[in-house]
Order: sequence, then C-alpha cells, then structure tokens
Amino acid sequence: MPKIKSLEDLLKQKEAAKDKLSLRKIAEDDNIITLRVAMGTCGIAAGAKETFDKLLETIEEKKLENIRVIQTGCMGYCHAEPTVEVVEPGKEPILYGKIVGDKAKELIEKHILNGELLQDSIIGETHTSINE
Amino acid sequence: MSSYKYHVLICGGTGCTSSKSELIKDNLENILKEKGLDNEVQVVRTGCFGFCEQGPIVKFLPDNTFYVQVKPEDAEELVNEHVIKGRKVERLLYVEPTEKEKIDESKKMPFYKKQIRVALRNAGLINPDDIDEYIANDGYQALAKALSMTPEEVVEEMKESGLRGRGGGGFPTGLKWAFAQRAQGDIKYVVCNADEGDPGAFMDRSVLEGDPHSVIEGMAIAAYAIGAKKGFVYIRAEYPLAVKRLQNAINQAKEYGLLGENIFGTDFSFDLEIRLGAGAFVCGEETALIASIEGYRGEPRTKPPFPANKGLWGKPTIINNVETFANVSPIILKGAKWFRSLGSEKSPGTKVFALAGKVNNVGLVEVPMGITLREVIFDIGGGIRENRKFKAVQTGGPSGGCIPAEYLDTPIDFDTLTALGSMMGSGGMIVMDENTCMPDVAKFYLEFSVEESCGKCTPCRIGNVRLLEILDKITSGRATIEDLDRMKILGETIKDSALCGLGQTSPNPILSTMHYFKDEYEAHVLDRTCPAGVCKNLITYKIDKEKCVGCTACARVCPVEAIKGSIKQPHEIDQDKCIKCGACYATCRFGAIEKI
Ligand SMILES: Cc1cc2nc3c(=O)[nH]c(=O)nc-3n(C[C@H](O)[C@H](O)[C@H](O)COP(=O)(O)O)c2cc1C
Ligand code: SF4
Ligand code: SF4
Ligand code: SF4
Ligand code: FES
Ligand code: FES
Repeated sequence: MPKIKSLEDLLKQKEAAKDKLSLRKIAEDDNIITLRVAMGTCGIAAGAKETFDKLLETIEEKKLENIRVIQTGCMGYCHAEPTVEVVEPGKEPILYGKIVGDKAKELIEKHILNGELLQDSIIGETHTSINE
Repeated sequence: MSSYKYHVLICGGTGCTSSKSELIKDNLENILKEKGLDNEVQVVRTGCFGFCEQGPIVKFLPDNTFYVQVKPEDAEELVNEHVIKGRKVERLLYVEPTEKEKIDESKKMPFYKKQIRVALRNAGLINPDDIDEYIANDGYQALAKALSMTPEEVVEEMKESGLRGRGGGGFPTGLKWAFAQRAQGDIKYVVCNADEGDPGAFMDRSVLEGDPHSVIEGMAIAAYAIGAKKGFVYIRAEYPLAVKRLQNAINQAKEYGLLGENIFGTDFSFDLEIRLGAGAFVCGEETALIASIEGYRGEPRTKPPFPANKGLWGKPTIINNVETFANVSPIILKGAKWFRSLGSEKSPGTKVFALAGKVNNVGLVEVPMGITLREVIFDIGGGIRENRKFKAVQTGGPSGGCIPAEYLDTPIDFDTLTALGSMMGSGGMIVMDENTCMPDVAKFYLEFSVEESCGKCTPCRIGNVRLLEILDKITSGRATIEDLDRMKILGETIKDSALCGLGQTSPNPILSTMHYFKDEYEAHVLDRTCPAGVCKNLITYKIDKEKCVGCTACARVCPVEAIKGSIKQPHEIDQDKCIKCGACYATCRFGAIEKI
C-alpha cells in the first residue's frame, strides 16, 4: 500500500478508487440519464447484450459520468429489438429500435452529447412505463 | 463509470448478519462465478441500511432495486431474473404497510423519503472494510483541509456550525473543543464514547459498523484542533462486529499513513487505540468512562473539573459521541454554513433516531432536526401497527420522558424535547399505542435505572428504590393518593441531588408520565383499575353469558382450571383461582370474554 503524504496523494488515491463507487453514486443521483436496454428473450436473441456492452464501452471511452445503463424486461417491441429507451430527467422518454452495431455509439454521440435525435431509429410514441 | 453492469449491495450490519446476509453474499458470488458473470456484477457487503426489520436487505444498482427479507436460497433467482433477464423479483420487493403497494426503489419508499444522511452518509453505500471506498467518497479530505488551517480556525468552524453533541446532553461541540484547546498541558487526549448503553439504541454501532473511518477522521481532526497526539475509542465488548471493523479501519489508516507520525507530511501525529468497556450503562457517563479507561471501577465523580481541563490521567481530554465525530468531516469539508442549512436554528444538522415500538416501520432513521414527531412516526414510521391509536412516544432512553399525542406537531430538537419534560438522549424513540399503561412504562425504565445505578450516591441508590416501591404499589392497586404526591417530591429531590446524569434524569419517565397522564395514575390509585388493561392485579376477566356459546375453548386453555361450565352452556371464571394470564381472552373467538 502506498503512503499518503499530501493532499495530492490523497486525490490520486481517490481518482484510482473512484470507479469502485461511480455506479453506486450515480444510482443516488436524480439528475441522471438512464438508458434502458430491453433484455427479454427476444432482445437478447437480437443482440441486446452486445448493445449493452457497446453502450457501456462508449460511456467509458467518453468518460461520461451522469449516465447509467440498466436492463429491463421485454418492452413489447419484438419486431424492433434490440430496443433502447433514453430517459432524461424532466423529458419524455425516447424509444429507439434496432440499435445494433455502431448505432449504440451513435446514440450516445448524437442524442446524449449533441441533443440530436436519431430520427430513423425512433419507435413511434413511447409508452409510459407503469413503474415510473 | 466502472465496467460492472451491476453492483449488488448486501447489508452487513449486525441485524442482517444475524439473519445470514453473509451466506447470501457467498451464494450470489458462487452463482455469478458459475455463470461467468463475476466480471459483470460486483457484490459488496456494506453497513446497515437502517431498515433492519425488513432485513436482510439486498440492493441492486444502478437501478436502485431494494429487496427485503432475502434468504440465502433466493440468490439463484436474483441472478437468473434480475441479472440475466433484467426482471425484478417481485416477491422480494417491499410492501408498503398502509397502501399495501409494492415499492421497488428505496428512494420511493416513505421510510427513506424524508431522511437526510450525514452521519450515516456511507452506511449502506460503501464497503466498510475498504479504505479506498471511503476515500473515493471524499474520505480524509476534511482531515487534509483541517491540517491546512490553524487549530483555532478548525475550532471556530466547529463553533460556527452549531453542532451539538449527539451523545445525549447536546453540549456545543465547538465550545467543548475550545475549552480543551485553551487548557494548559503538553499531553492531551481525544476520546470517542461508543458505549451506547441505552436499551434499544444502535445508532453508534451502525455508524462504526458501516463507516468506521468517519469516526477516525473526526477524531483526528479533533486531535489536531486541541493539540492531542493520542486517542481512545471506548466501545462495549458486546459489539464485536463494530470492534472488528473499527480495528481493521485503524490498521488500514495506519498503513496509508493517515494515522501515525507526520500525517499528510505535516508535523501532526495522531494514534488511536480501542478500549473495550464492560457494558455497564453508567460507564457511558464521561467521568465514569475516564475512570474505566484508567483501569478503575467505572464510577462517576463530581464535575467540575470537567474533562476538558482534567480528564484522562488528569490531562485535558475531549470526549465526544460516535455520531458527533461522524458529523465533523462534512462540516470541515463543506463548511459551517452548509451544516446550518440543515436542521433548526438552535439544533443544526441531522439526528439519527432508533425508531421502535408500535410503529409499522421500525429502524434507524437520520432526519433533519426540526422535523416533527408526527412526520417521523407517521410518514417515516408508517403509522401505528394494526391501525391502533397513538398514545405517546418515549424519547431519550431510560432518562427520557413520554410525550403525548397533543405534541405530535412539535419540531424535534434538543430544546423542544427538554421543554416537554423529555430529552433527546442518544436518540431512542419508542412509540406506544393505546394498549400501553403509563405507570407500567415508568416502572420499566425505573427498574433499568435502579439496576444500573453504581450506588455511589444516596439519592440514586436509595431514592430510586423507594420510587420503584411506590410504583409497584400503584401498579398492583395498593397505593393511596398521598403516594402520588410523595413520588413527585421524591422524584424532584433525586433530580436535584444525585451526583451524575444517571440519577439526575432517572425520575424523568415518572415525572413526565405523571404530568401528561395524571388520569391514568389516578385510575390506578382511586378506582383500582388499569385503563390500558395491562396491570395484572387491576384487571378482571369476565365471561359475558349472553355472548358465550359454550364452546369450551377457554376452559381448555386455562392453565389453572379457573373456568367452569358444561358444553353449550355459558361458562364462568372463578376469580379466586384466576391468575390473569389472559389465555382465555386470547382464545375466545366469540368476543365473550371481557377484560375490565
Ligand atoms: C448514565 C449516562 C450514560 C451515558 N451514556 C452515554 C453513551 O452511551 N454514549 C455517549 O456518547 N454518551 C453517553 N453519555 C453522555 C456522556 O457523559 C457525554 O456527555 C457524551 O459522551 C459527550 O459527547 P457529546 O458531547 O458528543 O454528546 C451518558 C451520560 C450518562 C449520565
Ligand atoms: S447518580 Fe447513581 S449512577 Fe450516578 S453516581 Fe450517583 S449512584 Fe452512581
Ligand atoms: S386469565 Fe388465565 S387464569 Fe384467568 S381464567 Fe383466563 S386463562 Fe384462566
Ligand atoms: S371461548 Fe369465548 S365463546 Fe367460546 S366458550 Fe369461551 S367465552 Fe364462550
Ligand atoms: S442491519 Fe441490515 S438494514 Fe440494518
Ligand atoms: S364454553 Fe362457555 S366459556 Fe368456554
């Protein structure tokens, strides 16, 4: 174990340890963007797992801190799997379909970072989840 | 963001540990490994979530799903459903007691909605055995900041924060530190009072189990402020898990150089040791605690001199409570102004309460001072069990008093509770319903004080025994109205003349219940009845001949064969034989037995 001899050392140690808590602190935050990936059987069959990983990977790559990716059950859009719902605080959720391959990365770059919708991937009106 | 998809937090507090939370963790880890998911899901054992009654608690993040009453054999389903399929395991969700609704996230639960966690900021969030997790959540930054200030500035910040000691009396912490800072002496000490002798209280234990570094950091800051090099945590041996976590935290802090010589490269050095207490209530009193650390019998002595001038081995010493120390780092880091933005004018900040008794949601809650009793009992506590009527709330442990329904809207802080004849104490809050007998409650607390009295001074040693005798007469229907007056005078005399806080506060439960529930005392004395139906000698069980169908059920459960009658005929109770066990009353399905 390193000795901590200054505030700089402490902050370095904090930086190194930050990842341990990021997921937990994000969960407590109300101003967080949530990406919900449908992981029902058909979602998984259509590649939702890869989509999920790609989203995580992109978030890590861009060092985004105010965003979380969570799994949900089937959202009922089997024809458009894998589906990803973007829930931003204070906004209507947007549901995207067929998020495969580079689409996941594009979703984060365009929608999250630039506030641009991916028009051709949006699935109609988003339903309001009964859990919310 | 870490590459884990889920963090699964499992409560490692004493309550949940005793209901096998450790095994839940092992099972989860094994199953995750089997399925090759151990790189995607991190399992962490944390401190107490406060909702111990619903334990063991398992929380999934980042979606915040809060599972309650989880059993080790549920691990497989949690992995299969939640982790793999992304579906919540409905049957393990919390059911809200009044609306009978399932609630999936802790944030949405009434129990958590009004809570603000300062002292418990890390309990239920971090792994208490990993100093890095504490550091990741700003740990030890307050110490670094304090060391860049002068000791006077640190004390000034504490004074401005208005923090009052959380161990009972509510003495201003900054002022106490200022006394010790000014006291002459090259050797000084910092002591943490983790004795927590109040029956039913477990806030200090939860802080130490869930976040031991917060106490260590607070103590180090105190040591710097007053010029101490050495500190002790006095903790009862009955708290093995807290002792273990604290010792581990001390070791880790030493390895990082956050305790020991030249902390943060300055010339400040501080070392910390644990002292195990014998588990006597009076040892929590500061002068008794000092005697106990010095190796003598834990008996109080007169004050002054106060410990700030003459404490451990005659040296200037500050003694603060666990929760008090846990508040120090946030104050230094975020400033006195921030702290004052929470709580009430004269009692800033938050307080942890152990909510117990007849409320639906029993547990540990941290709320801003100034919140009303009603909010705590009805909003957070979910109201009274079985929809009974609220009668009183007892605050302040054995030395506190009972507060009746008419004061439910009182904002809670040190001064309002004292004004109502009770006190804050360490934060016990026991809710009583209509089936509680107040003289009987007073007797319960007084018995505790009599048992725990050290016997050094006469008012406490003898006076309390006399009080107890009178209470015994009252609850058994042998008292006269003069006894009530006598009890009041005696109680007040003990308050004024006892040597230490134990004796000085022991009559509080009697005096406050006599004040608010005078009728009930008079009913016991004048009418020889117990309105709540608790005092055995004062109740009679009778069978209503009209209602009795002669099922014989009562006669069969009566342990002393006091019930006679033939089948399908009304029965009767022989009052001379009846020992008032209540078995018949509980058995009758026709409401034919009355308790008078
Ligand atoms: C009989 C008795 C028992 C006490 N028990 C405790 C205790 O368990 N924990 C505690 O912190 N303070 C206890 N106190 C209060 C301490 O004497 C002391 O006031 C307190 O530890 C000071 O810390 P604070 O200013 O941070 O509250 C007790 C006092 C009395 C009279
Ligand atoms: S008041 Fe009671 S506990 Fe305190 S010194 Fe006197 S006898 Fe001992
Ligand atoms: S109260 Fe107990 S002892 Fe008395 S009649 Fe009923 S069962 Fe028998
Ligand atoms: S149990 Fe009740 S109804 Fe049945 S016989 Fe006894 S008193 Fe009567
Ligand atoms: S011990 Fe688990 S919630 Fe308190
Ligand atoms: S049979 Fe009549 S009271 Fe039990």
